[in-house]
Amino acid sequence: MPSLKTLRVRINSVKSTQKITKAMKMVAASKLRRAQEAAEAARPFSERMERMLAALAAALGTNDGAPRLLIGTGRSDVHLLVVATADRGLCGAFNSSICRAARRHAAELIAAGKTVKILCVGRKGRDILRRGLAGQILDTLPITHSKRVNYADAALVAERIAEWFAAGEFDVCTLFYNRFRSVIAQVVTTRQIIPAALPDAGPAPDLGGAIYEYEPEEDEILERLLPRNLAVQIYRALLENAASEQGARMTAMDNATRNAGDMINRLTLSYNRSRQAVITKELIEIISGAQAV
Amino acid sequence: MADRIAFELVSPERLLLSVEADMVVVPGAEGDFAVLVGHQPMISLLRPGSIDVYDGDKIAERVFVAGGFVEVTGEKLVVLAEEATAFRDVDRAALAERIAAARKALEEMPDHEHKRTAAEEFLIYLEHMYEVSHVN
Repeated sequence: MPSLKTLRVRINSVKSTQKITKAMKMVAASKLRRAQEAAEAARPFSERMERMLAALAAALGTNDGAPRLLIGTGRSDVHLLVVATADRGLCGAFNSSICRAARRHAAELIAAGKTVKILCVGRKGRDILRRGLAGQILDTLPITHSKRVNYADAALVAERIAEWFAAGEFDVCTLFYNRFRSVIAQVVTTRQIIPAALPDAGPAPDLGGAIYEYEPEEDEILERLLPRNLAVQIYRALLENAASEQGARMTAMDNATRNAGDMINRLTLSYNRSRQAVITKELIEIISGAQAV
Repeated sequence: MADRIAFELVSPERLLLSVEADMVVVPGAEGDFAVLVGHQPMISLLRPGSIDVYDGDKIAERVFVAGGFVEVTGEKLVVLAEEATAFRDVDRAALAERIAAARKALEEMPDHEHKRTAAEEFLIYLEHMYEVSHVN
């Protein structure tokens, strides 16, 4: 039986832990709202860009002259996995589920005799994947230099990827991130970004039978558009990830707060019991002392 | 509303501007062009410069863009720009700093043809912005 004092100390420490988790939950909730708004605001750009890309790709067809970012190198020997995770932990299974998916994918590719290279975006991904796949990790980039996910950071990641692609470091590039569905559900998503998996064009704008005119030529526009598209896709993934991270953290911290509450109840119960036991024992001692006299 | 064109300016982060206008002049890669309602559908690159949104005869809105893409359908004009600054928001002091930085970057740049042209264009864009905002 632990002494009264140790019980008291434990109750207090669990209480302060509960305060911290509660605060973290609330912070995550407000950050989640902002992250969702950012994701929402970024939608028009990517939608329109995808539509433009689809129109261009359709106009150009898939002949040999098409840019390699669009049609790939024609091989699939070397795969680059871009694993986007959070920089921080304490957000439930958020990081580990992305890494598990990436690890499984890597294992499949290696079993099929392909070469796998990994680019980690976010520190946690590197920390987890370093066990077992350390040799494959080419580099780790921080998600963001400022507090919020911004486009410039995504562009930086995209630039790095495009450089490696141009240097022939890999043939196929796949992006791993968590898609935000709701606060309690985040879906690990795998998306091939090089060669560009063409988006569903969606309803094409009604041109009244006319076709687009291009200025300058289609291929020149595509050459400029594709790297941008890469950046936009990564940006979107990072935004989704940011929202998912906060959602996952909110749920995790909510659970932690509830667990701490249960623990406090249990500890308080046993504290009260042992307090009463002590009182009873003292009373018995006094009474039996008095009877002896 | 068939006689006015819907103009949208979108940056990766958000929808910056969504207005109706009589005419919009955009800096296309091969020369400025004006877009009125019923324009031939087209997709074009933008070079750094300013977009003028006309309401009647006068310029209602003027936005500087550092390049991007433009899509024209009959009733709609969509500009995708990575960097855009409204004319009235131009901060001359900050701009002067950026010009200096861009100049320095250009000087230090190795002879990498593609990147160098882009950097030069960017510098011209900044200077253009500086000059025009002087009138303000």
